[in-house]
Amino acid sequence: MSDSAIVVDRVSKSFRVYQERNQSIKAAVLRRGRSKYSDFKALDDVSFEIPRGSTFGLMGRNGSGKSTLLKCMARILNPDSGSIMMDGRVAAMLEVGSGFHPELSGRENVYLNGAILGMRKEEIDAKFDRIVEFSGVGDFIDQPVKNYSSGMYVRLGFSVSIHVEPDILLVDEVLAVGDMDFQEKCMEKFAQFRDEGRTVVVVSHGLEQMRSFCDHAAWLEHGVVRDVGPASRIVDEYADSSHAAKQVDGGGTRFGTGEIQVDRIEVLAADGSDPDRLATGDAMVVRAHYTAHETVERPVLGVSIGTREGVHVWGTHGFDAGWVPERIEPGSGSIDVSIAGLPLLPGTYDVSTVVQDFRRTVIFDSLQRGTSFALQRGDRDNAGGIVALDATFGGLAPEQPLVPLSRLR
Amino acid sequence: MSAGVTTARERRVQRAEQRRSSFSLMRNLALREIRAEYKRTLLGRVWSLLNPVAQIAIFSLVFGVLFEIEAPPGTNSGVDFFPLWIGIGVITWGYVSGSISGGMSALLGNAGLLSKVYFERSVLVIASIVASTTTFLTELAVLVVIMAFVGGPAILLTLPLLVPLLALTIAFVIGLSLMLSVALVFFRDLEHLWRIFTQIWLYASGVMFPVTLVQTAQDRFTAEGVLLNGQPLPLVTLFELNPAERILASFRNIIYDYAVPSLDTWLYIGLWSFGMLVIGALVFRRFSRNVVEEL
Repeated sequence: MSDSAIVVDRVSKSFRVYQERNQSIKAAVLRRGRSKYSDFKALDDVSFEIPRGSTFGLMGRNGSGKSTLLKCMARILNPDSGSIMMDGRVAAMLEVGSGFHPELSGRENVYLNGAILGMRKEEIDAKFDRIVEFSGVGDFIDQPVKNYSSGMYVRLGFSVSIHVEPDILLVDEVLAVGDMDFQEKCMEKFAQFRDEGRTVVVVSHGLEQMRSFCDHAAWLEHGVVRDVGPASRIVDEYADSSHAAKQVDGGGTRFGTGEIQVDRIEVLAADGSDPDRLATGDAMVVRAHYTAHETVERPVLGVSIGTREGVHVWGTHGFDAGWVPERIEPGSGSIDVSIAGLPLLPGTYDVSTVVQDFRRTVIFDSLQRGTSFALQRGDRDNAGGIVALDATFGGLAPEQPLVPLSRLR
Repeated sequence: MSAGVTTARERRVQRAEQRRSSFSLMRNLALREIRAEYKRTLLGRVWSLLNPVAQIAIFSLVFGVLFEIEAPPGTNSGVDFFPLWIGIGVITWGYVSGSISGGMSALLGNAGLLSKVYFERSVLVIASIVASTTTFLTELAVLVVIMAFVGGPAILLTLPLLVPLLALTIAFVIGLSLMLSVALVFFRDLEHLWRIFTQIWLYASGVMFPVTLVQTAQDRFTAEGVLLNGQPLPLVTLFELNPAERILASFRNIIYDYAVPSLDTWLYIGLWSFGMLVIGALVFRRFSRNVVEEL
């Protein structure tokens, strides 16, 4: 046995795009069965393997065929040629709660939805309490689901899907459901899946999400596999070229939809002194000068710092920090991100920014390595690495006298 | 060598597992349909009995009182009560036509589900028919109880025959529904076309008049000299070629007449049911593969 959970072997799939469609008998008779259509190749000879226990991301632009591929894996669509081998129980979360009947109670719908996803009654009986608890709908479980808020509806649907406990889980853009608490719970559950050796396949637009969540990824373009490999490399490649990244004056590359752009990233010392003299432990301000070309609702600004070698050292965004403006009107302005102390060792670091929509599925603007700063030696030395941790020695047992400090300096 | 054996067994286990979950799904979908049908109505399930009762009353008034259609009295039961005679026809026909139209739209009506989750597609059609069958069974039970009061407990002798007859009827409607359900996805006109056809089929199945009426018409044509190649017009033969007519007649035979349907009737219905089921399953398997793209 190979160690692949999924083997996609030379899969092709085309759709007929009808100009005039014979959906009535009259039309069929009049045109003698011929309807005008052209073939659209959604997948063209796609092959790759997904290792067991990995979290695999499918990336590509809209219309690149990633959703079609996911649907083929879920057996909702049949490939025209080629085959897909899936080893183990498969559950697809293409749209949670899609089998819910509005007039039936949450309880009845859990059983119905569970059965649709391939669970048997005894299995649902055993998992029922956990499903309800995870969804957090509580006492509403005996209410008709039409009385549910959209959040509850989605949470219950998601909870049922995730409790199928499949060997292979297919997820389509549903990571952005529910509130923050629930998203966190879902991420935990996915992480648990991974630890249990289950395979997760995700289709997503969220690049940062892909980078942190997936270990492997495939990049599709116009139905053809551009590259398969470790997620971080694929995400970088995709970000660089697929988004038509442009070199920016003053260094860096950018991509994004462009409703709002960060024109320039400025690094300042918090105390107003010369930023070229920043040292380990100093407070710093990253100022992003932006231009909005239209009103942007709830933009989420992200800032990250990396080493010259490309190691991602740190990153945060407004969502995590709890700071998201309601909107930004057209025009120019700036945003400050203050960093209380830089626990980084001397060296040169790059600063990147990203502006995303509230659901973090659209990247308005990503300015990679927009600026850099050099960090000087601070008042304390560290032997090596990237970060400067506050460390003290002690507790020598059995006790011995120490070399006096004066002899060390 | 041994690896091959285990994979074969594994595959068998997997298939059994799949069958079990398909069955479980079918049950749940049927329950959904049954539960949701009368949700939020005051009378709830009582409607499933009130509907046929109202229909029987109307048909009895129109055809029994106004048109003075007479049904032959029950052969062995001796019962001569038109509302019961027409009731069996109305309820059985209601089941045959209702379950087919329900099963037929099962795929189109669940487009959202089909394009989001994979499961054995035929489950939707079968669940819809199972739901209509349970309603039919309760209606049938009520009729049988009334018949037992009116015609005596001798009905118990022929009652077991309902089991094979029901099985054949179900096979017939499943086969036809499977075929129509995929056809409907590709040709939406079928829905309207089928509605017209059902109207014709209703009259061709003798729901509200006995075959003797057709015989009378045939005799009248013969007397008037309207002939086909020197032979009487074969109206009765044509009438009885209709499998639904045979099914209705058999239900009446068993419940109203306390009699056993003839062997050739059994064979004829059996042939249709088996044929429909096989053709329906083949058509469904061939065309349901790509049904999602057309939804």
